[in-house]
Amino acid sequence: MPMSRDEIFKKVQEVLVDALGVDEEEVTPTAVVRDDLGAESIDFLDIMFRLEKAFGIKIPRGEMMPENLQNDPNLVKDGMVTPTGIAELKQRMPHSDFSTFEKDPKLDNMSKLFTVDAIVNYVQQKLAAA
Amino acid sequence: MRWIWIDRFVEFTTRQRAVALKNVSLAEEHLHDLYPAFPIMPHSLIVEGMAQTAGILVGEARNFAEKVILAKIGRATFHRLVRPGDTITYDAKIEQLNETGASIAGRVTVGDDLVAEIEMMFSHIDQNMGGQKFPEHNFVFTEQFTDLLKAYRLDKAIVL
Repeated sequence: MPMSRDEIFKKVQEVLVDALGVDEEEVTPTAVVRDDLGAESIDFLDIMFRLEKAFGIKIPRGEMMPENLQNDPNLVKDGMVTPTGIAELKQRMPHSDFSTFEKDPKLDNMSKLFTVDAIVNYVQQKLAAA
Repeated sequence: MRWIWIDRFVEFTTRQRAVALKNVSLAEEHLHDLYPAFPIMPHSLIVEGMAQTAGILVGEARNFAEKVILAKIGRATFHRLVRPGDTITYDAKIEQLNETGASIAGRVTVGDDLVAEIEMMFSHIDQNMGGQKFPEHNFVFTEQFTDLLKAYRLDKAIVL
């Protein structure tokens, strides 16, 4: 039987508690992994490893969070993600909610796309495709 | 003094598991630094011994092409002190390994006693630091580390 969204959320919550040393209550669906839960760059590798183990999935590099976007001038210009960049991101991150980001698409705001909900969505898509 | 916290490998299975020994001697200065008149092997150096055992295992998995850095100690639970005369066994297993790094589950024992359980993660820094450049040569795996593995392989060849 496939896992329910609630079951996936609970497991993701456990992963983030273990990886980041945060309290369970802090891991809400809207929490931003970097800004609200204090994840640093190396923590993301840890989170990926733990998700792979917890759900028995493989997370190819750059699939959950695209890399090196800023190096392409078509996608990022003057510290802002271009409309082409947003379209590209939406395609590559169907698990993220872009409604807030689109209002102020600064490159620095990109981390806000990576919320607990985005992880749950990603895992749910991954499990459905398996 | 050399920054080497394992004496030799006794098992080495590529991309899977490495087991190393460390003999703890009263002659080692660092045993006397924590508590006067009660020499123990500091926990931090036990973690370092596990990091060296596991680090060489992770490095060898990609033929020492990657610069393998200890990125995170997820958990280190200690159950027993290590005293002079003890032989520490570091048992490191690769749980996950990919192009960006590896995660390790480690057990530290003295004889049948469990000393510590340590989870750690290694990063291949050239793959992870947002394009930041590091020196070409592999400054992580100096000869003193690779020689340990050579010695193990040589010993094994002689026994066989």
